[in-house]
Amino acid sequence: MENSLDKLHGTDLLYRMMLIRRFEEKSAELYTKEKIRGFLHLYIGEEAVAVGVMQCLKAEDNILSTYREHGHALARGVDAGSIMAEMYGKQEGCSHGRGGSMHLFDIKKNFYGGNAIVGGHLGMAVGMALAARKQQQNSIICCFFGEGAAAEGEFHEAMNLASLWSVPVLFVCENNLYAMGTAIRFSHAVTELEKKGPGYGIETAVVDGMDVLAVEEAAKKATEMIRATGRPFFLVCNTYRFRAHSMFDAELYRDKAEVDEWKKRDPITRLQKSLVGLNIITNEDIEELNGKIETEVQNAVDFAEAGTWEPVEELKKFVYT
Amino acid sequence: MDALIKNTTITYREAIKQAIREAMQKDEKVFLMGEDVGRYGGAFAVSKGLLQEFGPDRIMDVPLSESGFVGAGIGAALKGMRPIVEIMTVNFGLLAMDQVVNNAATLLHMSGGQLNVPLVIRISCGIGRQLAAQHSHSWEPLYAHIPGLKVLSAGTHEDARHMLQPALNSPDPVIIFEYTFLLNAEGEVSEDAGMVDITKAKVRRQGKDISIITYGAGVYKALEAATVLAAEGIDAEVVDLRVLRPLDNETVFDSVRKTHRALLVEEAWGAVNVSSEVCARIMENIFYELDAPVMRLGGQEVPIPYPKHLENASVPQKEDIINAIKKIMLHD
Repeated sequence: MENSLDKLHGTDLLYRMMLIRRFEEKSAELYTKEKIRGFLHLYIGEEAVAVGVMQCLKAEDNILSTYREHGHALARGVDAGSIMAEMYGKQEGCSHGRGGSMHLFDIKKNFYGGNAIVGGHLGMAVGMALAARKQQQNSIICCFFGEGAAAEGEFHEAMNLASLWSVPVLFVCENNLYAMGTAIRFSHAVTELEKKGPGYGIETAVVDGMDVLAVEEAAKKATEMIRATGRPFFLVCNTYRFRAHSMFDAELYRDKAEVDEWKKRDPITRLQKSLVGLNIITNEDIEELNGKIETEVQNAVDFAEAGTWEPVEELKKFVYT
Repeated sequence: MDALIKNTTITYREAIKQAIREAMQKDEKVFLMGEDVGRYGGAFAVSKGLLQEFGPDRIMDVPLSESGFVGAGIGAALKGMRPIVEIMTVNFGLLAMDQVVNNAATLLHMSGGQLNVPLVIRISCGIGRQLAAQHSHSWEPLYAHIPGLKVLSAGTHEDARHMLQPALNSPDPVIIFEYTFLLNAEGEVSEDAGMVDITKAKVRRQGKDISIITYGAGVYKALEAATVLAAEGIDAEVVDLRVLRPLDNETVFDSVRKTHRALLVEEAWGAVNVSSEVCARIMENIFYELDAPVMRLGGQEVPIPYPKHLENASVPQKEDIINAIKKIMLHD
């Protein structure tokens, strides 16, 4: 893994994870100030998954995600200001303000949203991959979902279809151990989710989702396989959400001690330590990154604040073309 | 002019098949997927022979995964294809309802106008073949409730033949309802009629005394009733709504402005059906044009029973239409 750890690349990974972290901390703050409303699901703790996987995708590849998708959007390069404006509900938002936190879309980046029906986007991912195959495009459809979605019928239907039709989907399961407040042991008879791939004839790997370099390496192998064979791949990333499920969650279902234990594996601290330890970057570099990110997040907030409300007269837009 | 229009008599099944074949010949992006559409030839033999003509990549058999393959249809539509997804019968359609409501009908809006879902879903539905409570549904109103969908009902051979192409041309998702009890029935189709205008209802019979406003399985029954009534001196107009969402108010209003009376007929359960909405729109917009209260004939509110006599009694029949109209005309 040493070879992937040059300063440029290491700093880039770190920057992307830190940006997601800071952006979301700011979002939580803005939620308490009632600037952001509705549901707000934070990705804090899981940053290594989105950042690691996204490194291996090309511009022509497509991404579908869940309602916990700020991280994926940022990692994909969707403009932070347009995401923040979307969460404010302003028409300068990436979905014109119509979607909010759970429905971030940016088709120029091939970012196909934010789907808030658990498992609801898996079938679409298969269909997009089918279209890619029919049109002889060599693009991958990358579909993020949680272990909660793996209990849905949609997961099983989509895995079967993708394998049966031999289409290029990268299924990325972010196993953060809790479907809202229900621990995996209460929702899956077989908790080693990687065992579910082979049942559908799908090549599968499991990786430590708290280690961005491990995720990147696993995603690299997965995407290489998909590009070579056109077949789907199932990548299970074991991770943990440090924050509550949403802003309404009192976290009655897990111990603080458990959360603290996982925080010791914080993917950002981990990468920082290893980069500094290997003398690839210095603490001053990290400080510099922090400053840069602070400015970027503040700019995003300023952009959202300066955004405008869509006129009520336009209410019925976007129902029919 | 009439001499130039070539009419042929074909079955409803053949009309649908010709529509699919023609669409597939015209555009390579069009493909059909559904349960048993290929090797079996279609559960109702609609697509029989198409697999041999177009091959398995374009006539795709799918596993029994309604949510999965409707979702896949949406995904394929998002990425430039023109899928025709067949849901074998409307009762299985509920398993895919989440995909239809939360994705197909919603993506344009949620993405702030960035995405189109040019998907066509064909669903067979309706009562009449003694298939009992889980296979006889008329659920057009469920779909007609959803903004973002265009909902069409092919109540005639003409529409079965000529509705598919305009549906495929739509940038927005279209649901087409087809009626299994009509499959073997023969009817006239004009080959040169061109595409159906899928924004408009259609007056199937001109009349001056009363408007029978209906769709789907009600259309031929209404036409037959009108023929009987004509012999008795009552001149009924038959309006086929045809487009259940968005509803075409004007064709309905124009008809009622002419006849000043309306009977609404459909097979879906009576409460909260399409007629409820049409009735409300007549009241809200042209109440003072009416010479009699608007009446409705809908399905009885019971799961559809198996025995033929009870099945028949569950939905309005020709005689019910005739009786209702006499009642209205005689102010009885």
